[in-house]
Amino acid sequence: MGDAFTVKDCALIAIATGQLAETLREMRDRLETAPASSIYYHFWGGLLRPRFDDPEFQNDFAIWVRHSLHDKPLAERLALIDPTHFDDLEDLRRELIDVIEERLDESELLPWTKASQRFYFVRSQIVVFDTGRRVHEPGELASLIPHLSVGSIFYHFIDARRRTPTGNDDFTEWIQGFGEEYTRLKKGIAAIDPYFTNLVELREELSCVFEEYRGGKGA
Amino acid sequence: MAGLLEEYEKIVGPDVIDQLRQLATLLKGRKIVHVNSTREGGGVAEILHRLIPLHFELGLDVRWDVITGNREFYQCTKLMHNALQGARVDIPLSLLRNYEEAAQKNFEGLQEHLQGADLVFIHDPQPAALIRSCPERCGKWIWRCHIDVSHPYRPVWQYLRRYVRQYDASIWSLSEFAQPLPHPLFLIAPSIDPLSEKNSDVPLRELEKIYERYHLDPVRPIITQISRFDRFKDPIGVIQSYKLVKEFLPIQLVLAGGGATDDPEGEEVLIKVRSASDNDPDIHVLLLPPDDHLTINALQRISDIVLQKSTREGFGLTVTEAMWKGKPVIGGDTGGIRLQVINHHTGFLVNTPEGAALRIRYLLKRREKLHEIGEKAHQFVLENFLITRHLREYLTLMVAIMYETEDRIEPQ
Repeated sequence: MGDAFTVKDCALIAIATGQLAETLREMRDRLETAPASSIYYHFWGGLLRPRFDDPEFQNDFAIWVRHSLHDKPLAERLALIDPTHFDDLEDLRRELIDVIEERLDESELLPWTKASQRFYFVRSQIVVFDTGRRVHEPGELASLIPHLSVGSIFYHFIDARRRTPTGNDDFTEWIQGFGEEYTRLKKGIAAIDPYFTNLVELREELSCVFEEYRGGKGA
Repeated sequence: MAGLLEEYEKIVGPDVIDQLRQLATLLKGRKIVHVNSTREGGGVAEILHRLIPLHFELGLDVRWDVITGNREFYQCTKLMHNALQGARVDIPLSLLRNYEEAAQKNFEGLQEHLQGADLVFIHDPQPAALIRSCPERCGKWIWRCHIDVSHPYRPVWQYLRRYVRQYDASIWSLSEFAQPLPHPLFLIAPSIDPLSEKNSDVPLRELEKIYERYHLDPVRPIITQISRFDRFKDPIGVIQSYKLVKEFLPIQLVLAGGGATDDPEGEEVLIKVRSASDNDPDIHVLLLPPDDHLTINALQRISDIVLQKSTREGFGLTVTEAMWKGKPVIGGDTGGIRLQVINHHTGFLVNTPEGAALRIRYLLKRREKLHEIGEKAHQFVLENFLITRHLREYLTLMVAIMYETEDRIEPQ
C-alpha cells in the first residue's frame, strides 16, 4: 500500500496585472505577454470567484468577445476551447492566439472595433494548506468528499492537472497505486467533465462516482 | 449562546467555516491593525464592525483604530473622494497641509500599534498619509481603496499616489478601479453581513410599523433607493424616473439615507432633492440616523423594487443588501453594480432616468418575473457576496503577502 492521501485545501486571491485590451487586436497582443497565471485565472478562476453562472461561456475571453465585442462566431470558437485538452498553459495560450488571429483575418472591421467594456487581465496567487486529514484507502474518500470545501475540490480535481506529471487529478493519481482493483473507479472519475460546471456540482458528481463504487463493491 | 462562526455556519455551511479556521491558523501570532476614519456611517465602518469580531473569533490578534480630524480635514477628504471618483475639483493647498498635519498628529497617537504590527490595513484616502509618518514600520502595509477610481481627476490622484505607492500592496473592489502602482494590486469585492441588524429577518409587526411611521400605503407599489445624499448616487435622476412611471402607475417613492460623519456635502444635496420632489406626497425623503439599520432593513423589505441609480459607485453595498432580501435591483451601469446586477437575472442595468422608468414599469407589470429575479438575486448574494467570502479573501491575502510574488504558496 502506498502513502496516505493528504487532503489539502486552497484559496485563490486575484491580482490585477495592469494590462487591458479594448480591441481584438490589443487582446491578441496582450495574450502574447500576459503571465501564464493570468491565462489560468481567466479559464479556471471563475470557479472560485464571484461570478454569475453562465453556462454558455465558461472562460472570460469568450464572455468578453460575446458581451463587449459582440462577435458571436469568435465567442463560440473561444468557448469551445477546453483547457483540459492542453498539456500546459503555453499551449493553451498559443491556441487562444491562433483562434483570435484566424478571426482577425476573416473580418475587416473587427480588428478596429472598440469593445463596449475593456478586458482587464487578472492573475492569481493560490494559497495551499494542509487540512490535517489523511485517507488510507480509496473507499474512505466516499465518506469524505461530500464534506470537502469547494477549495479542496478545486485543488485536487482542477489544479492537480497542472501539477501531476500525467495531467491527472489527485484522486486518480493516488488510486493508481492501488492496482487493477480500482480501474472501474478510475474510469468513473475520468468520465467527469470538469468544464461547464461549478465546484458544488463537481463535488456532487465525484461523490456519486465514489458512492456508486462503494455500493457496487459491497453488493 | 452560539459563537458568531456557528451562526454563519447555519447560513453558508460547515465547509466554508472550516476553511476560514484553517486559513486563520496560518496567521496565528501576527498582529493585524485596521485604520479608517469613522466608526459609524458608510460601508467601510459597517464591514469593519463585523470583520473585526470574526477575526477575534478565529483567534487572531486584531485591532481597529479610527483617525480623527478637524472640519477642514473632512472637507479635504470629501474633495479627495469626489476627485477620485472623477469630479474635476482642485484642493486648496491649505487643506492639503492640514491633511498632512492631521496624519502626523494621528500617527503620534497610534504609533505604538502601527509600528509593531505585522499587517496594517489603511482604508481609503483619509488615513493614507499615515505611512509617511512611519518609516520605522516593520510589517506590511496595505492600502484598501473602497472607491471607484476608474477615472480619477489626475492632479488629486497624483497627490495621493505619493503616499499610496509607498505601501506594500493595495486592494481594489474591481479590476477597473486598479491604478498602476509599483506593488501587487489585489482584487477583493466587499460583502454584506447576513446577521447584522441591516440584513437579518424583520418581524411582520416591525414592517407594519414602518408603513405607519412614514405614511406609506401598503397597497400601492413602493420603489426605494437607499443611499447617502450624494450627487454620484443621482437622487434627482431617481425622482425623474418616478415621475415618468407615475404617469402610468400609482407608485410611491422612498429616498432614504443616513449621513456619514465624514461627508459635509450631504446637506446641500438633500436640499436639492427636497426641491425636486415638489411636495409630492408620494415622494418620501427620509434622513435617517446612520445607525438606524432596522428601518433601512424594513424599508428594503417592504419595497417592490430597489433602485441604485448611481453614476459612480465603488461597489454598491445597498444593491447587495436589497438582493439579499430578494428584491430585483435597477442599478446604474457603473462600477461594482455591474458585478451584481445581471440583466434579466438579478435586475437591470440602466443609463438614464428613462431606462430606469422603463424597467420599473416592466417589473411591476410582470410580477412573476419580479419574484423570479428576486429569488435569483438572493441566491447570487448567498454564494458570492457574504462576509464569509470577504474574510476568506482577507486571510488569503495576508498569507499571500508574506510570500511576496510567488504564484503558488504552500506554508509548511
